[in-house]
Amino acid sequence: MAVIATADTRLVVQGITGREGAFHALRNRAYGTQVVAGVTPGKAGEDVEGIPVFDSVADAVDRTGANTSLVVVPPRFAADAILEAADAGVGQIVCITEGVPAHDMLEVYHYLRPRGIRLLGPNCPGALSPGIANVGIIPAEVFSPGPIGLVSRSGTLTYQIGGELAAAGLGNSTIIGIGGDPVIGTSFIDALDLFQADPETEFIVMVGEIGGTDEEKAADVIAERITKPVVAYIAGFEAPPGKTMGHAGAIISGSSGTAAAKKAALEAKGVPVGTNPTEAARLVVERLGR
Amino acid sequence: MDLYEHQGKELFARAGIPIADGRVAFTSDEARAGAEDLGGRVVVKAQVLTGGRGKAGGVKVVDGPTAAHEAADAILGLDIKGHVTRRLLVERAVAIAKEYYVSITFDRAAKMPLLMLTTMGGMDVEAVAEEHPDRLARLHVDPALGYRGFHGQRLMSAAGVPVEERKALAPLLAALYGVFADGDCMLVEVNPLVLLDDGTFLAADAKVTVDDNALYRHPDVEAMRDLAAADPQEQAAREADLAYVKLDGDVGILGNGAGLVMSTVDVIAQVGGRPANFCDVGGGASADKIATALGIVLSDDKVRSVLFNIFGGITRGDEVARGLLGALEQSDVRAPIVVRLDGTNAAEGRALLAEAARPEITVEETMLGAAETAVRLAGEAR
Repeated sequence: MAVIATADTRLVVQGITGREGAFHALRNRAYGTQVVAGVTPGKAGEDVEGIPVFDSVADAVDRTGANTSLVVVPPRFAADAILEAADAGVGQIVCITEGVPAHDMLEVYHYLRPRGIRLLGPNCPGALSPGIANVGIIPAEVFSPGPIGLVSRSGTLTYQIGGELAAAGLGNSTIIGIGGDPVIGTSFIDALDLFQADPETEFIVMVGEIGGTDEEKAADVIAERITKPVVAYIAGFEAPPGKTMGHAGAIISGSSGTAAAKKAALEAKGVPVGTNPTEAARLVVERLGR
Repeated sequence: MDLYEHQGKELFARAGIPIADGRVAFTSDEARAGAEDLGGRVVVKAQVLTGGRGKAGGVKVVDGPTAAHEAADAILGLDIKGHVTRRLLVERAVAIAKEYYVSITFDRAAKMPLLMLTTMGGMDVEAVAEEHPDRLARLHVDPALGYRGFHGQRLMSAAGVPVEERKALAPLLAALYGVFADGDCMLVEVNPLVLLDDGTFLAADAKVTVDDNALYRHPDVEAMRDLAAADPQEQAAREADLAYVKLDGDVGILGNGAGLVMSTVDVIAQVGGRPANFCDVGGGASADKIATALGIVLSDDKVRSVLFNIFGGITRGDEVARGLLGALEQSDVRAPIVVRLDGTNAAEGRALLAEAARPEITVEETMLGAAETAVRLAGEAR
């Protein structure tokens, strides 16, 4: 069944006539995702290799029944694009854009959340359900279908761990990149709940990094209501405090957000934590007993 | 982007928040002139992007221009927690009745701005939170609602601000929230916020952090960036749009994606090495960008070996290999380079490297293996 990226996904790509937008729309379509529309204001009537372009998300939804949006627009337009999709009735929005101002995301978050609209990202690689659908920029060739739900704040680190699991013969139900920004729509907890409810997922791997306290909160939720086994990996043990490590959200503020604190919180709730990707993959293999 | 006290106060002044009259000085002579201008008793304060300057001797209260000149002599060049003092703020001294603390932080967990106020000002707020949690009033502001008068009233009441002071403090709290929300701030902190003998309030310090991602909306703030204080590698990286953080070891690190590079830094340390930097070339980096990044990493004299760790998604392995080989063509590369390429077009990239057969380059299959080799090579060069 998989989650977020599924056989029922009907994707509209916002920013489809841009270089990145066109590239990933076509890549997602080539993988088997139903890419039904694109949006670029002022370019209605054009098409991108057969994908019809509309002026607005509302038109795209009207004409094609799109139910998921992929936002690939520059940072200063991202909040508007997400809100446009929400306003047009799109139930799931995946925002790839990196560099969206944090205050913009506060507004977006508090508009979407009470309406039950799912946002993945921003600054995320999207979601991939191997063999079913790809929504975003995750390189699908690294992954194969299997029982592991993988959720991560980092794109390339997801590929690294996915690659290590693949080398051990393990595939994935869905890979969810939740994004590296301070305010993101889908948290670890949301992803854990999705995997818990997904019959295809037997095992969950969670990849965190320094900054914020989402991993600590996830640890509590795992103890409380996640019955499927979870293994975690945290990046940034050597990161100095007060420095933004690439991702806007990856920063140790005062004594809050360290990798050591996250590892301790997870281990206290019985979640094994690898200190490097290879060790994390080994922990998964050991626990799956395959 | 962190602002100096005087820059934060410039934002405060624009929002109508009272600050002491002051002058910025880069030399002792300028400090003397500033003190002359202001007249009377002045405070000479080190402008550094770190706390604890009072304890380090970076703040002096003096009488008159000559004393200000002497104080400036003592403070300029002072190393405060690794930050060398290059500029001063000379301010008119004020008659302080009480010291409070107020801040607005970007609470990531609640996804709301968080206001904090305590009448126990002048001390470390983390200590107040720990030792006197009941004295630290905390209140979230729903971003959809924005700051309203009642927020200030609730906060002042919870903090135990005397009723007769609230009329003077309320507009200042509203104005501070304006600085935070309109200025795309991640932090606005005033410690101390002082009550003067005349019953008015004044921001005696300013700690302001602005969201880097929103600087395009605030070119005036971007222009405040102190290029002289920036680490030369960090500065060059910013200009090249690379994420770079200087660390203090000798193994240079380059990779794509923040998480993977952070992980690489960890792994270098785990196998007994000392990382020299964090450098993320980002997604889809071109050959040129790869070459620029390598140049920046190698411009740190301490670097004795370099680990290139690429797991291509939108970044292509052949493009990385071309960038690396191009960099080797253009300039002498003085340190051995260990390359690990995986993901999109990795086979093509590895083939290019094998074909070029450069003696400086060692190709490794795994991240762990590459880290071990890079650490060994750095050790041999030591």
